[in-house]
Amino acid sequence: MPGRMIVRAVINGEEREFLAEPRQTLLEVLREELLLTGTKEGCGNGNCGACTIIVDGRPANACLILAVQADGSTIETVEGLARGAELHPLQQAFLEEAALQCGICTPGFLMAAKALLDRNPDPTEAEVRHFLAGNLCRCTGYDKIVRAVLKAAAMMRREAGAPSEVSA
Amino acid sequence: MATPEYRVIGTRPIRPDGYGKVTGRDLYGPDVHVPGMLYAKVLRSPHPHARIRSIDASKALALPGVMAIVTGEDLPRIESSERISSGEESIEVRFMSALALAREKVFFKGQPVAAVAATSLSIAKEALGLIDVQYEPLPFVDDLLEAMKEEAPVIHGDLYTESLAGKGSRPSNIARHIQHVRGDVQKGMAEADVIVEREFRTQMVHQGYIEPTNSTAYYAPDGRVTIWTSTQGAWDIRSQVATILQIPEGDIKVVPMEIGGGFGGKFTAYLDPVVVLLSKKTGRPVKAVMTRSEVFQATGPGSDAYIRVKIGAKRDGQLVAAEAFLAYDAGAFPGSPVGSAAITGFSPYNIPNFKIDGYDVVTNRPRVKAYRAPGGTPIGFAVETVLDEIAERLEMDPVDLRLRNAVGPGDRMVNGVQFPSIGFRELLQKVKEHPHYSAPLEGQWVGRGFAAGFWMNGAGTSTVHLTFNTDGTVNLIEGSTDIGGTRATMAQIVAEELGLDMHEVRPRVGDTECVGFNDGTGGSRTTYSTGVAVWKACQAAIAEFKRRAARMLEADVDQIVYERGEFKVAGSSRSVNVRDVIKALDSTGGPFEATGVSGGLKMAPAFGASLVDLAVDPETGKVTILRWTQFQDVGKAIHPSYVEGQLQGGAVQGIGWGLFEEYVFREGHMQNPSFLDYRMPTALDLPMIDTCLIEVPASDGPYGVRGVGEASIVSPPAAIANAIYRAVGVRMTELPMTGERIWRAMSQSAQIHEAS
Repeated sequence: MPGRMIVRAVINGEEREFLAEPRQTLLEVLREELLLTGTKEGCGNGNCGACTIIVDGRPANACLILAVQADGSTIETVEGLARGAELHPLQQAFLEEAALQCGICTPGFLMAAKALLDRNPDPTEAEVRHFLAGNLCRCTGYDKIVRAVLKAAAMMRREAGAPSEVSA
Repeated sequence: MATPEYRVIGTRPIRPDGYGKVTGRDLYGPDVHVPGMLYAKVLRSPHPHARIRSIDASKALALPGVMAIVTGEDLPRIESSERISSGEESIEVRFMSALALAREKVFFKGQPVAAVAATSLSIAKEALGLIDVQYEPLPFVDDLLEAMKEEAPVIHGDLYTESLAGKGSRPSNIARHIQHVRGDVQKGMAEADVIVEREFRTQMVHQGYIEPTNSTAYYAPDGRVTIWTSTQGAWDIRSQVATILQIPEGDIKVVPMEIGGGFGGKFTAYLDPVVVLLSKKTGRPVKAVMTRSEVFQATGPGSDAYIRVKIGAKRDGQLVAAEAFLAYDAGAFPGSPVGSAAITGFSPYNIPNFKIDGYDVVTNRPRVKAYRAPGGTPIGFAVETVLDEIAERLEMDPVDLRLRNAVGPGDRMVNGVQFPSIGFRELLQKVKEHPHYSAPLEGQWVGRGFAAGFWMNGAGTSTVHLTFNTDGTVNLIEGSTDIGGTRATMAQIVAEELGLDMHEVRPRVGDTECVGFNDGTGGSRTTYSTGVAVWKACQAAIAEFKRRAARMLEADVDQIVYERGEFKVAGSSRSVNVRDVIKALDSTGGPFEATGVSGGLKMAPAFGASLVDLAVDPETGKVTILRWTQFQDVGKAIHPSYVEGQLQGGAVQGIGWGLFEEYVFREGHMQNPSFLDYRMPTALDLPMIDTCLIEVPASDGPYGVRGVGEASIVSPPAAIANAIYRAVGVRMTELPMTGERIWRAMSQSAQIHEAS
């Protein structure tokens, strides 16, 4: 067995230290070693976005990153999205808009959408569709997902106290 | 919004299982971790057809960390032609066994040949490369039409065509010939003023569920087996594993994990028998998850088809005769959905004379599986395109042409079965009244297309239990896998019937040992059939609660009247609320649980339609969908959001089938087994998908509910083709309608026009 390396990263606000083989992807280590199975694997080669996480503020496919590359980085996964028992507005909007059916793509969509709203709090429908084009959903036809992201954006703008044209 | 007669039915509560899904806490099949677990990988055939000369696994076994290797020789030999259910279809057991592990011969590229269990995934992968398999490649045929030719290589030496005439005289790649006939087609065609005949070709497509096929199993020392897997049918997996491995069903417990999509493709025990065998050999739990490439090449896609359709109509639009020739690809082993396809195409219309011939054809491709309305989309594409052309020739509105011929209750499907309550005419009327139908469509190279779709829908059997908590709440235990919100729907029925709030009902999906038999989640049957079981369990509970309420109210049970959560003594003001009855169960006679079983239900067919506006780029042929409305008769929408979701999801899968998706084969090898090259629709490809729900109650079951899962995938490709014709004047008869195919058709059409 190839030697394992020590990797240190901040995952969902917690400093973690773990061992990884150089050939293991970050996705495999998150799921199989750290048991953070909220990040899903749909394709293993960056085509479906089910494993979207946020690394140092940018959305990334965990299947395309070697675990050892994550050394020193700050990682957000779906498990860290809610603040304690309080859901993130995106999670709340996904529930209210029925934006999931089987739910396997949901963690990836939530993280990709968070990355979008972190940089653009007031996206248009076209901007949402463009940003989420790397995430595949086979159940919903995307309609309710796009609506949920727009709704969450409006909720977050209201929470932030920004003037908003969107009414409740 | 709740309709006046219902309190919970027709509302849109948050699904009870939603919290676990948006927080990443719910466990899907690949998320299973059992202490001491090993990882399995499967070695697959690199050839589309070959004899296995030898398998030498000694080097792989010597690799540190490799714990066991199994091959087809480890499976019990099953020679009989006994069939076994695999969701919406059945398959011979010996073929089912060969889909788990091949023996002696391989029939498609990707068929499993051996499997390794190791202490890590990396070691299991490495070990695959150390297994030495000697093959003798055999002649193969990877194309449906080629396979039907006399001179084609015969794939199975013991396969003879079955038909009404009996068994064929020599081995053939045509496994079955079916036929439906009514009246006299020749006479009918002679009466027609317009006849349109076209031939169509569609390609193999995949269900495209995002969660790969997976299974984890533990074979305990006492011979008891536990399987944790993502499946549409836990009982299907149990019986398949029991049959393939010759284990008593009672020794197998299937625990259905959360499932990341299925669409008909997750009914088959591909990995389950393999991990059970590996667990038996090692004494440790074993998990296997396919790669996406394996999912494409080794699970069952939807059939490709070759179809000829000829329809004749009178000047007033009455259809007088129809003929269809259908050849559906089964892949490596017999069992394409040509049977349901043969029923789907013409059944929506009253046609006095027809003849339908269907052929089930084997090829050296992956064995197909059901895919949402299995078989319906290719024939729907063909029939609804030809009808559009007839409407055009007759200068008739395409919806009016359908209305002129649409079936109603009491009319017969092509197989002679009488329609119960159906809402096809109501649906067509609704399309005509919809604002989209009359909205102005401006610009060049744009077109509007319409097509209808039909699906029979299944019913089957479901069992549910209700148990009760001392705080007045209810647990609902069902066996139907929840793939799209059915836990919410079932909880709504309990809340409606028992007069509770949604949050007081706790639905869960049980394993095969904690609830009675259930058919799988497929055939649009769950809300319909499991809904009936839930409704029956509620009625059983209410009957018992009346007895308990009588005791609490010191009245005779005959005096108790039940209404929306209140048990009242007739003619008095005395009453007790259902929550209090539940809380007092222990003291009014002891614990109680209610069971509901459904079965023997009438068919509750679904009719749908697609209306699309699109633009075609004249330079590239690329289609842009501008507006889409999906219509369906849903009987009664219990949770409208998830009903809309079924329509939207089915429509978009139909759009993918129509515009982008296809298996590309070269020399028996799929060339595009990835989500990059097998192109499913993304958010960027689509507008919002509007829906229009029509509610014509079904004949059977509570609230008039119908299954809604499948019909929406039947009409989209035809609607797109009809819109393309209106946009650029070419009739597309081959799927997918890629930019290249449309551009070629436009160029050809332009040349013809220049020449003439």
